[in-house]
Amino acid sequence: MLSKRIIACLDVRDGRVVKGINFEGLREAGDPALLARRYNVEGIDEIVILDVTATLEARQARSQTIAAVAHEIFLPLCVGGGIRTEGDAAAAVEAGADKVSLNTAALLDPSLITTLARRYGSQAVVVAIDARWQDGRAAVYVRSGQAETARDAVDWAREATERGAGEILLTSIDRDGTKSGFDCALTAAVSDAVNIPVIASGGAGTFEHFAEVFTTGHADAALAASIFHFNEHSVEALKGFLHERNIPVRLPGHGTAPGAPDAPVHPQRD
Amino acid sequence: MIALVDYGAGNLTSVRKALGALGAAFWTPASPDEVARAAGIIVPGVGHFSATSALDAPWRTAILEAVDRSTPLLGICVGLQWLFEGSTEAPAVPGLGLMAGRCTLLSDRQSVDHESPSKDGDRQQTIGRRLKVPHVGWNSLVFPKPSRLFEGLVEGTQVYFTHSYAAPVVAATAAITVHGMPFSAAVENGLVAGVQFHPEKSGDAGLRILRNWLIQA
Repeated sequence: MLSKRIIACLDVRDGRVVKGINFEGLREAGDPALLARRYNVEGIDEIVILDVTATLEARQARSQTIAAVAHEIFLPLCVGGGIRTEGDAAAAVEAGADKVSLNTAALLDPSLITTLARRYGSQAVVVAIDARWQDGRAAVYVRSGQAETARDAVDWAREATERGAGEILLTSIDRDGTKSGFDCALTAAVSDAVNIPVIASGGAGTFEHFAEVFTTGHADAALAASIFHFNEHSVEALKGFLHERNIPVRLPGHGTAPGAPDAPVHPQRD
Repeated sequence: MIALVDYGAGNLTSVRKALGALGAAFWTPASPDEVARAAGIIVPGVGHFSATSALDAPWRTAILEAVDRSTPLLGICVGLQWLFEGSTEAPAVPGLGLMAGRCTLLSDRQSVDHESPSKDGDRQQTIGRRLKVPHVGWNSLVFPKPSRLFEGLVEGTQVYFTHSYAAPVVAATAAITVHGMPFSAAVENGLVAGVQFHPEKSGDAGLRILRNWLIQA
């Protein structure tokens, strides 16, 4: 059975990992490559680098960060933040990204999704949606959560899928950094509306929150940042917890069979 | 030297990095003639089956001749699918035909998750409630027969997949994975091998599989 993925997000500014609450009030959390190395050992399934400022000056720094992280891991690596053009995406891929995450640029020009899907395949195109509940609808925000749009998260996820997105990275602005739990209602609404994987983001605080988003939230993957960065919880312990709850996860350890650690080693031949 | 065939489908950075980490020498042949001097051939690939149409007659001939001379061949992702006769993703584009059968869309068949009776009914409803395509993420391998590729790996090992089309289970299938339907996660027939997953993005297990293949080359 396909495992539920645990994804570590590195919010990077000026080459350093930072983390805020409700998209504001950033504090520093360390070196991206060192964190990636630790998460890899602990059994993380994927890493996302989000360039939270992504100014023009930050572009070169971003390529260096991508290359440094890619050097540490043989795992899927997604890069987002400030990917505005095909050229930006190409630079990220060139530096070692397997996927790029589009947000504001995709809303401004949805054809960018199709362009990149044709060039790199849908599996390389993630559409990030930042949303918060507003008068009973899941309103889509852009510009790092600062500008409201007229779009509804469910409709936009459907359109992004039709245009060639391979995954949706759905962040609840209300829950981001609050550790009060993922927005399961929002996640389920989007996940049920599309047939591509949905990554839930925003609000991870306890192991129970992950179990909730994989069951009632219908998430295919869950992303977290601060609870891992500051050593509050290890990825390994989280996966052990989920495994106990019968939620399929990839347990850390080289070539070991989940649920069957004593399975015989494949017979050696001469 | 390993010939890493670049036919313009996606990015080879990850494969290059993995080969480098394993200490393998490789190059990207500029023309089909160069394939003749390869100690092993890797056909990587992500994206659409139609991209393999860039591997036209001269490339096909060069690769098939190398296979006849017992040069190990490894197809990755679309590279595995290309070993078969073709794919419904691009019906007009022929595969190499080294494996019998054609690749189909994963959602073409019914999800077993939906239909399997389970004591754990609630869980099936919430965890396996619908089949998502593309099949993205870590899934486990079942080995129907011993193979060189998976020497030293235990059944149930998880590797990273990202694809929408898949190859049928055939006599050469060396690993089976289920996503809606069982499909060939890997094939191995003599020195011809292919993996649907991405060993270069499958952590330590993936590197082990790549190393197992490199030992033959």
